[in-house]
Amino acid sequence: MSRKFFPVFALLIVLSMVLAACGGSAAPEAPAEESAAAEEAPAEEAVAEEAGETEGAAPAEGGSTLATVQERGYVICGGNASVPGFGFIDTEGNYSGFDIDFCKAVAAAVFGDAEKYEIRPLSSQERFTALQSGEIDTLIRNTTWTLSRDTDLGSNFTATTFYDGQGFIVRIADGISALEDLDGGTVCVQTGTTTEANLADVMAARGISYEPVVYEDVETGWTTYEEGRCDAYTTDKSGLVSRRTLLENPDDHMIMDETISKEPLGPVVRHGDDQWFDIVQWTVYATFFAEEHGITSANIDDMMAETQSPSEKKFFGTEGELGSFLGLDANWSYNVVSQVGSYSEIYDRNLGPDTKTFIPRGLNSLYTDGGLLYAPAWR
Amino acid sequence: MTTSTTETLLPPTEKYTILGWIKRNLFNSIGDSILTIVAFLLTFVLLKSTLSWAFQEAEWTVIVDNLKLFMVGRYPAEELWRVWAVLYLLAGVIGFLWGAWVKGNERVGYVLIGMPIFLALLPFTMEVRLLILAVDLIGFLGVILGRRDNESFKKWSIIALLLYFPIGIMIIGGIGEGGLLPRVKPDLWGGLMLTILLAVIGIIFSFPIGVGLALGRQSDLPIITWFSVGFIELVRGVPLITILFMMDLMLPLFLPATIRIDSVMRAFVAITLFSAAYMAENVRGGLQSIPKGQYEAAHALGLSSFAAMAFIILPQALKAVIPILVSQFIGLLKDTTLVMILSLFDVLGIGKSVLGNPDYVGTSKEVYVFIAALFWVLSYGLSYASQRLETSLGVGER
Amino acid sequence: MANIEYSTEEAIPFWRDERILRILGQAVFLVVTVSFFAYLYNNMMTALEAQGMLPSFKFLTHTAGFDIGESFIEYDRSDTYGRALLVGLINTIYVSIVGIFFATILGVVLGVSRLSNNFLVAKLSSIYLEILRNIPLLVLLIFWYSGVFIALPRVKEAINWGSVYLSNRGLAIPWGIPTETWGIYTIILLFALIFALVVSWRLNIIGERTGRPPLRILWVPLSFFTVAIIGWILLPQAPLVLDKPELTGLNFSGGYVFTPEFMALFSGLVIYTAAFIGEIVRAGIMSVSKGQHEAAKALGFTTLQTLRLVVFPQAMRVIVPPLTSQYLNLTKNTSLAVAIGYPDLFAVGGTTLNQSGRAVEVITLMMGLYLLSSLITSVFMNFYNNKIKLVER
Repeated sequence: MSRKFFPVFALLIVLSMVLAACGGSAAPEAPAEESAAAEEAPAEEAVAEEAGETEGAAPAEGGSTLATVQERGYVICGGNASVPGFGFIDTEGNYSGFDIDFCKAVAAAVFGDAEKYEIRPLSSQERFTALQSGEIDTLIRNTTWTLSRDTDLGSNFTATTFYDGQGFIVRIADGISALEDLDGGTVCVQTGTTTEANLADVMAARGISYEPVVYEDVETGWTTYEEGRCDAYTTDKSGLVSRRTLLENPDDHMIMDETISKEPLGPVVRHGDDQWFDIVQWTVYATFFAEEHGITSANIDDMMAETQSPSEKKFFGTEGELGSFLGLDANWSYNVVSQVGSYSEIYDRNLGPDTKTFIPRGLNSLYTDGGLLYAPAWR
Repeated sequence: MTTSTTETLLPPTEKYTILGWIKRNLFNSIGDSILTIVAFLLTFVLLKSTLSWAFQEAEWTVIVDNLKLFMVGRYPAEELWRVWAVLYLLAGVIGFLWGAWVKGNERVGYVLIGMPIFLALLPFTMEVRLLILAVDLIGFLGVILGRRDNESFKKWSIIALLLYFPIGIMIIGGIGEGGLLPRVKPDLWGGLMLTILLAVIGIIFSFPIGVGLALGRQSDLPIITWFSVGFIELVRGVPLITILFMMDLMLPLFLPATIRIDSVMRAFVAITLFSAAYMAENVRGGLQSIPKGQYEAAHALGLSSFAAMAFIILPQALKAVIPILVSQFIGLLKDTTLVMILSLFDVLGIGKSVLGNPDYVGTSKEVYVFIAALFWVLSYGLSYASQRLETSLGVGER
Repeated sequence: MANIEYSTEEAIPFWRDERILRILGQAVFLVVTVSFFAYLYNNMMTALEAQGMLPSFKFLTHTAGFDIGESFIEYDRSDTYGRALLVGLINTIYVSIVGIFFATILGVVLGVSRLSNNFLVAKLSSIYLEILRNIPLLVLLIFWYSGVFIALPRVKEAINWGSVYLSNRGLAIPWGIPTETWGIYTIILLFALIFALVVSWRLNIIGERTGRPPLRILWVPLSFFTVAIIGWILLPQAPLVLDKPELTGLNFSGGYVFTPEFMALFSGLVIYTAAFIGEIVRAGIMSVSKGQHEAAKALGFTTLQTLRLVVFPQAMRVIVPPLTSQYLNLTKNTSLAVAIGYPDLFAVGGTTLNQSGRAVEVITLMMGLYLLSSLITSVFMNFYNNKIKLVER
């Protein structure tokens, strides 16, 4: 009965050859030649076909990101999937977090619908290539604004959504209070980040010898720190604060006062598309503006009905045509706030006192409260 | 194993009492006794610590709560019925195949039937349990259909199996917008489903490429030989992870700016190319195992080289290669875990992201043990079944 | 593959002339492939040019700016990217060589014990093989690292045997520190090695002549160590002084520390690859006919002797080719180190890529280096394979 296999397989292989390439030939090596020639073809073609509809973002050059996004019907943000509070996947399989909310805000500004977005999870190595190649429209993945990234890597930083700085978490029992106490110790750090380079710079400048242990992902680094593999874990202070609460005994650990770097984090776009840059930047400012004026998603309709202030009227889109300057609807900023919220709402939802990832506002307060948030004028 | 029906006397077998057996197999000499004691202690310590961890310390809620994520990732909940449909279809096809081809082999059959029953005993909701048990039911229907002793069913069952894969992928991926099967973007595929799909698509697409490469390598046309050898050795010489990495970062650069493919597709391309090189070597092994007489006989019958290759040599070679294909598939299944490093959400990637959820911090042992167990069941089950069936069907023998 | 030479008496039109078709077919193939790759290359260059990032390896001479945990050569943040990658490459080679060595030993033990008469030992090793062979290496490594090595006691509660300490900071062992005479001593060691090789060669000749091979495994190391010890004593100052690890401050200082990352990667690779090697060894031993065992037994060989002198020399021919591909796998699998924080070539390459933004160059370089190390391994193993093939007379 196994003989039955012969015709079937003969059929199968002939079929695969026909699929792989067309046209017969009398040459004895014809099958070899053809399939080898078509070598890459089946896979590539299949991919191209399947990819037809997932067709991605704009070409790198030109100023047409907005048009591409509108045509596609949703905005694609590069994001993170493993930083609680900023971007991770919840049990239902949805993304949530501070960075994700800003992606929603951009979607609300462009489409008037905060759900028209898609998150593409990126590793820290992939993120700039993904932006360069046009795979994503904007990168919102706790990315630090640095000169070389702003220039050499072909990206533009729009606005800072979160002011951060690199710090260290250590065990209180070890009696480490200054960086110098870490001499001869071990420090855990995540790869592919400015953190890794900052650490090396500071330690070299102060002449402190240490052993770095570098991890591909955040979670491994934290687990190993907690188990005592390292004397300190270093990352942005926001990450330290939010993750510290999740340690087994948070009170056994402290965050050193020392801040060794400036880490302004915010959305990034490609070089060469000023319109799209403006949209992302002003979307962020809209959330600042809302907080400055006490507008929230809950009271926005009342505020809109009652307000007499010209700048607020412009904000709501009931006066002037600021939206058209951005290529958007007049009520774009109304959509941002009503669907996603003001900065303080976004902050409290993800990093507020009621969350597991509480981080005090600190520098991320309005300028009137001693922070650095300051929205440009709405005129 | 074999029971002789004739009256021939079997050679006398040694008979032991239990004690005798123990003495012979465990305490045959002093060295042996020491080995036994050491091995026994080792087993005891390992078993005890493992069991006490698994049943007392481990918090399995992380698995139960996130089971959907582990299985299908972020696949939309309202489209989940499609995954079930594909599963049922598989059960039906396998049942049909079994009914048509396999006689005897009850043990494998019991294992196959037992698996869903075992799964249904786990703490799922009643609804899920019924859905799982339906797998058995449909499998049974398939067997009954296949058993109707119709010779043509043998052919049909193979065709059904071959058609199953494209249809299954189509059901999961969807066609067109809206309608019964709206498109589900590949970056929503995840979990175990993505792992299996990556391996299945990798094997299917790499098959024709691999056969082509193997023929190319054997060919006496120098350029084609060089190309095939170059491709095969290049791919086999570097780790899969670098190929994945390259495809992930460089494929977007290789394609014109208007074509964009998502990262799951890039992983598919990388895995297909990777698998093709290994496939080529396996097929080459099959080709080399065909005695020269077959070539000569084919030519003597007046077949052209093309016809000889397509109708005489390749079918035999490929038949000899089938068992190796199963083990290559298992290897590929395990290798797909590397896509985690590209931040795809295969079952391991999902595991990592679950650990990033503040509610489940500190459950890494449970998660990784669960994932390892999943893979173990899959790949051990596959290789066990294939070995058993191989011997009984005579596949792989010439 | 045989080609039929048709009689050329009738003129064949050129479109059916096999010779012409062959050349034509290849030409078409060449044009298609070359233009396909040229197309890809062109797209890439266009995309890169648009960003002003044309491929260039100049970045290798730029300052790296990051530190690496483990290195066999001098390295700090002010060294170049090129040197950083070299550090990674050396780490990869190191893990590969040590891993291959121990995986082979463990694999042989497993393969032999799977065929043991002792029921428990045979079952245990078969369970080991079945479990390990069916789980993904990456899962094993991650679990092994975070579940075993990181779960060891903390540095202050390190397990202590004499001067050896085991904690989740690694395994600290005493180590020699070279003194002034170390340079001379290396020459003595080299001499000892040459001497041992000469002894080995002589013994081999004696063995061939008399048919009673002397115990090379005893005499060769003995001659090496004799010379080495005499040299040590004769030197005015000991070439190495013992440095014991001590817990000072946060970490162990002195001695040598095997980090948990290294140990997890190394032992993970060893126990995983050994499972595959064990299966290969078992198949190899089974391929030697039972008569050989029985004949050896009849001649009064012990089990160990049978294995060493009768079974293995014959099994080797079956074992070596698949063993080679396992060695290659192990070498390539070292790249999974990135998941557990060991700075191998891939991990350092990833950091370099991210700090410099040079994706195309770094990936090309990494693939080239892996390819090179695979090639070296297979050249070496083919050489060995040819050598044992000669045994076949």
